[in-house]
Amino acid sequence: MSSSLLNDVRVCDFTGQLAGAGATRHLAAFGAQVIRIEDPLRQGKWDILRGSPPFKDERRGIEFGSGFQNHNVGKLGVTVDLRTDRGRELVTELVRVSDVVTENFASGVMERMGFGYEELQKMKEDIIYVSNCGFGQTGPYAKFKSWGPIAQAVGGLTFTSGLTDMPPAGWGYSYMDHHGGYFMAIGILAALTHRNTSGEGQWVDMSCSEAGASLIGPAVLDYTVNGRPSRRDGFPASNRDSSSTMAPHGIYATQGDDNWIAISVRDDAEWASFAAEIGEGWATAERLSTVAGRLGLEDVLDAEVDRWTRRYDRHELADRLQRCGIPTAVVARPSERIDADTATEAWGLWPTIEHAAMGEVRVDGLPVHFSETDWEICKAAPTLGEDNDYVFGEILGLTQSEIGSLRADKVI
Amino acid sequence: MGALDGIKIIELSSDGTAFAGKLLADMGADVIVVEPPGGSAQRRYGPFLDDVVGPERSLHWWHYNTSKRSVVLDLNDEIGQDQFRSLVAEAGVVLEGEAPGRLEALGIDYEELRAGRPDLVHCSITPFGRTGPRCDEQMTDLTMLAGGGPVWSCGYDDHEIPPVRGGGNQGYQTGGVWAVISMLAAVLHRQRTDVGQHIDVSNHAAVNVTTEFASYSWLVAATEVQRQTGRHAAARPTQPTQALCADGRYLNTGVPPRRPAEFKALSEWLGELGLDREFPLRLLLEMGGQYEHIGMAEIEEDPMIGEVFGAGREAVMLIASRLSAYEAFIGFQTRGIPVGAINAPEDVISDPHFMARGFAIEIEHEDLGRSFTYPGVPIKMNGSPSSISRRAPHVGEHTDEIMGDS
Repeated sequence: MSSSLLNDVRVCDFTGQLAGAGATRHLAAFGAQVIRIEDPLRQGKWDILRGSPPFKDERRGIEFGSGFQNHNVGKLGVTVDLRTDRGRELVTELVRVSDVVTENFASGVMERMGFGYEELQKMKEDIIYVSNCGFGQTGPYAKFKSWGPIAQAVGGLTFTSGLTDMPPAGWGYSYMDHHGGYFMAIGILAALTHRNTSGEGQWVDMSCSEAGASLIGPAVLDYTVNGRPSRRDGFPASNRDSSSTMAPHGIYATQGDDNWIAISVRDDAEWASFAAEIGEGWATAERLSTVAGRLGLEDVLDAEVDRWTRRYDRHELADRLQRCGIPTAVVARPSERIDADTATEAWGLWPTIEHAAMGEVRVDGLPVHFSETDWEICKAAPTLGEDNDYVFGEILGLTQSEIGSLRADKVI
Repeated sequence: MGALDGIKIIELSSDGTAFAGKLLADMGADVIVVEPPGGSAQRRYGPFLDDVVGPERSLHWWHYNTSKRSVVLDLNDEIGQDQFRSLVAEAGVVLEGEAPGRLEALGIDYEELRAGRPDLVHCSITPFGRTGPRCDEQMTDLTMLAGGGPVWSCGYDDHEIPPVRGGGNQGYQTGGVWAVISMLAAVLHRQRTDVGQHIDVSNHAAVNVTTEFASYSWLVAATEVQRQTGRHAAARPTQPTQALCADGRYLNTGVPPRRPAEFKALSEWLGELGLDREFPLRLLLEMGGQYEHIGMAEIEEDPMIGEVFGAGREAVMLIASRLSAYEAFIGFQTRGIPVGAINAPEDVISDPHFMARGFAIEIEHEDLGRSFTYPGVPIKMNGSPSSISRRAPHVGEHTDEIMGDS
């Protein structure tokens, strides 16, 4: 079973890593037929996640990288050696029957392989070609290489994550690979929408660092409008509220080792309930009763709140403050939000699938539900060339002996 | 013509919907943002134009409401509810972030709205989804990112220091991006089948699945990552990657060198900079030439490869410490070694690359007689260019024009 949401869409997919593979994975969950093309000679290792940790058990190799497995669920996998004429012909045939071609190689790679936009258009006039790389296909940095941490550094997200008088904390993972994939998915879907109304395909040039730069808007405007740079004393203090409407607003220590709680007090009424929970003289001081007063004394306030929260168990405290209507959450560990969170469990957020080599594995689900045509994740990521017979046989109509000879000649 | 030209969307202004509505509007959809009498709460969020508070001066509002039109409706009032119903019947797409149960109580939820528009696409963005065991919990961007996973992975090597929430409303924006993906998919499905539907977006779920390693390390290997300064949280400590450069700015030095060409370029550059004599690990650096491509697993498992890789990392950090962050960024990258300058927002918007690509755009505020530079739309669609079509609207600026239409 697969979702019928996008089951009329076929994607000829050269993407890999998370920034690219993370886009087409969602389309596959929506029922699109995503055919992922890999290089048989290099055993698909262009995608470094194919054989990268973490691993489920002691087994190693290109079928055991759990990142690859997570980011490629629901896709069909074929191998084609694009150095050969027959390989290029096969991909040309695939493009002719596809709606979308996607890739996240370094800029210029597709063109060198003979699959630049102009060539693709000759293969199929209304093709949608979506390229995605760290810096886009044009501009002075077009040839620069990138990973998530680089895109988020150059795009301004690393700088804006940190505490006062400290180096940037940044993001402890490739946040912009996720968002690179999300924005790429938006580009694909927007281009499909445009094609359906205009009959025209197009080339969409996605840049992950640019996507990052679009995610820090108000701080950019504070500079372009007010001339206030972010390189200034006391900034960033990103656990605090950037809109200057909430205080206290921070992450505070609780009982135990490396246990933390996040608390946001949105207005004076919430502060009054919070102060009552604290029940100490300092909390009911008149000067703290208004948000302006609290913002002006934020350092002192944070220190007092932290002194108070340290006495408590974070889960009990979160429940207690939530009962007062105050936005509160423990800083959840992976084990807690995955295996001990009633919300993610009820959502079905961590589906289990059967992978041909790894066996049973759990993966990320989707954070949306559709009332009529919900997403499905029921097929694991393809092992290398797993769907060659189906794709070349059923979709391109090759005979078993033709496929056999492609295999013998190492074209696939 | 934008890609979404012809699509009409009614957005109920909220923290959760603002970014989604903006993206859709900047890509050409006609997004009508519905504000309560007095204006959206976002108009009270700083920073403000010239630091003077006022409903038309919030830069937060300006940024998140570009290309939209505004109408004021009182949804607590029957007339307002009727007006909302007729707007929705005409537009056919709703985007809202109201607390679960609110629209139902007002008689203007999906079930009632689809009576006037059978193929309605209605997207709700809520903290935990519209139903479920935690759907009544209160949430802000901070608590969303804390409870949903990202914060656990971000912060400093010293775990006495609190973990960090990245700035910029990333939790709301992540939920917003998922709303856009889902709405476009639903609109495409409707174009083909005439079937509409309700879309339930959970902010908590959205940030949960935007945590990369942290999630699948637990899902697959039952290991928990630990936060580290300026680099990936990991189950076991890894070497620093964030370099302090000669100008006091920082450089993210990523994961190189792992290829022969990268080791060679580093050796040569050390020589050019006259740093080769003070670099004790030259021999190991030269050995980097013998590995075709060093994988992450090999670094952990083969001690020799670990040593060679470590020498490469030392060379990268030494060079970075002797140059400005920008010089180092350009210097490494032109040598094929992927690193990134840690730009502040003001660096980003004036960076020559982003400028050359037309990312920074001037938006006219004719009401103020001024123009300001805005970050543009990061999806460069060559056949249906996206752009901010107008400044954010004043409170109810288009009420007459829109209510006159319907």
